[in-house]
Amino acid sequence: MKKKLDILVNGIFKENPVLILLLGCCSVLAVSVTVEGSLGMGVALTFVLVCSNVVISLLRNIIPDKVRIPCYIVVIATFVTIVQMVVEAFLPALYSSLGIFLPLIVVNCIVLGRAEMFANKNTVGDSFFDGLGMGIGYTMVIVGISVVRELLGNGTLLGFRIIPEGYQLGIITQTPGGFFCFGCAIAILVAAMAKKGKKFEPTMGCDGGCAGCAMSATCTDAKKKEEAKV
Amino acid sequence: MSNLTLSVSPHIRGKITTRTIMLDVIIAMCPVLVMSVYHFGFRALLLELISAAACVACEYVWEKLRKQPITVMDLSAVVTGLMLAFNVPVTMPIWELIVGDIIAIIVVKMLFGGIGCNFMNPALVGRVALFVSFTGDMTNYSFSRHVSVDALTSATPLAALDKLNFGDFWELFIGNHGGVMGEVCSLAILIGFVYLVVRKVIKPIIPLTYMGTTLLFSWIFGQNQPVLALFSGGVIFGAVFMATDYVTTPFTNKGKLIFGIGCGFLTAAIRCFSNSAGGVSFAILIMNLLVPYINDLTRTRPFGGVKAK
Repeated sequence: MKKKLDILVNGIFKENPVLILLLGCCSVLAVSVTVEGSLGMGVALTFVLVCSNVVISLLRNIIPDKVRIPCYIVVIATFVTIVQMVVEAFLPALYSSLGIFLPLIVVNCIVLGRAEMFANKNTVGDSFFDGLGMGIGYTMVIVGISVVRELLGNGTLLGFRIIPEGYQLGIITQTPGGFFCFGCAIAILVAAMAKKGKKFEPTMGCDGGCAGCAMSATCTDAKKKEEAKV
Repeated sequence: MSNLTLSVSPHIRGKITTRTIMLDVIIAMCPVLVMSVYHFGFRALLLELISAAACVACEYVWEKLRKQPITVMDLSAVVTGLMLAFNVPVTMPIWELIVGDIIAIIVVKMLFGGIGCNFMNPALVGRVALFVSFTGDMTNYSFSRHVSVDALTSATPLAALDKLNFGDFWELFIGNHGGVMGEVCSLAILIGFVYLVVRKVIKPIIPLTYMGTTLLFSWIFGQNQPVLALFSGGVIFGAVFMATDYVTTPFTNKGKLIFGIGCGFLTAAIRCFSNSAGGVSFAILIMNLLVPYINDLTRTRPFGGVKAK
């Protein structure tokens, strides 16, 4: 059970998908304008992540290695379609505010990344907790950023007015503000880790296989492994 | 032996420090400051002083909190604050101006490592952030107190170039029109320009190529009255004070030439083909971002050196 808890916490802090692995930034930057949308996006992504991780882990011995990516996409797309239909039916306002970013979960790097890096090598239980941890990590970051952006940029929180009309900083709700808050969130995390005495080392979250990896040319981990071999 | 001190070269230094340079820039801005008070009243002076003080306070508090050496005495924050104040209309609410100062100093300057490390001109980023956030307040161009309202019916002459004739040129030149505090009086800015060039604080190459290219491309793009276009809006102020910041401009003369031409071209293009009337700040910011590449392209070769492949 300790190991399961470790996997869960790993996704939330040590390998936080957004702030450490820097995956899924597109939806974070675009959706984090309102807290409501961010919560919806976080829950939707967590659901897809958990379900796809479990199913892919179940099928990991059946899926042929050469066509694994298309197989993952089919599995992920199934769950995204379910989420999309449910949200459209029961939460039409959220559906229209999330817009294209809900169906785009299909190609969200976090979901595909966890399928490739974790679910196809680990047991169903571990994959479940990995998906849950990553989903919670994503949700925490996107909601945290959206609290700042909605409060400063729009003067509201979950639609309730906190700061009176006319005292908003419009740029925060626009693209530059998104990048700015995102950068600050990463900086705060790095500073917190540095204070704890942990050296900040972004990991690719992989365990080898550099030969087939597109990032091997720039990946510091790959270089370290090369050196270790020599 | 202990009374010998060891230090790295250079061993002979001039008297010029960041502080003297910044002091020269402030002196060069004085005519602009005087004219802004003349045209817009004492609220202009108040805004300028508050802005400068806010910038200094931001830098001081940040460095105090981060336990870094205090650098406010080099006066660069004062320059940033004054520049930002010159870029807002006199009716700007004070708290909005202070927000702009905080963005300029904390976000652009201190977060990137303080003086010398900012990748864009802090005052310009502050201006753009204010422009995007408070578009209404930022474009609420007020008229000079000395203007007869009949002469210019539009809030800013840049938006009404068609209606102007060349007789209005002198009015435009001495600043009898609407606009932001610092840019209305071209004459005052040009006095500051001459002072900076005479004191060898800036090389005239960027301002001259900037203004020349703006003129040329305004004409090519078919703008009415390209000369009037040059003297309205922020081109002159931007060219003299904003586009000559040491940190965010190329090192070499060739690089400066490219920088000036790029700024001029972008300004004219934004003015003619986009829906925002003034393109100066965006043009300079875009060129600021290209400076590392311009520096790479125009690196001088040591005498007798072989061309790098």
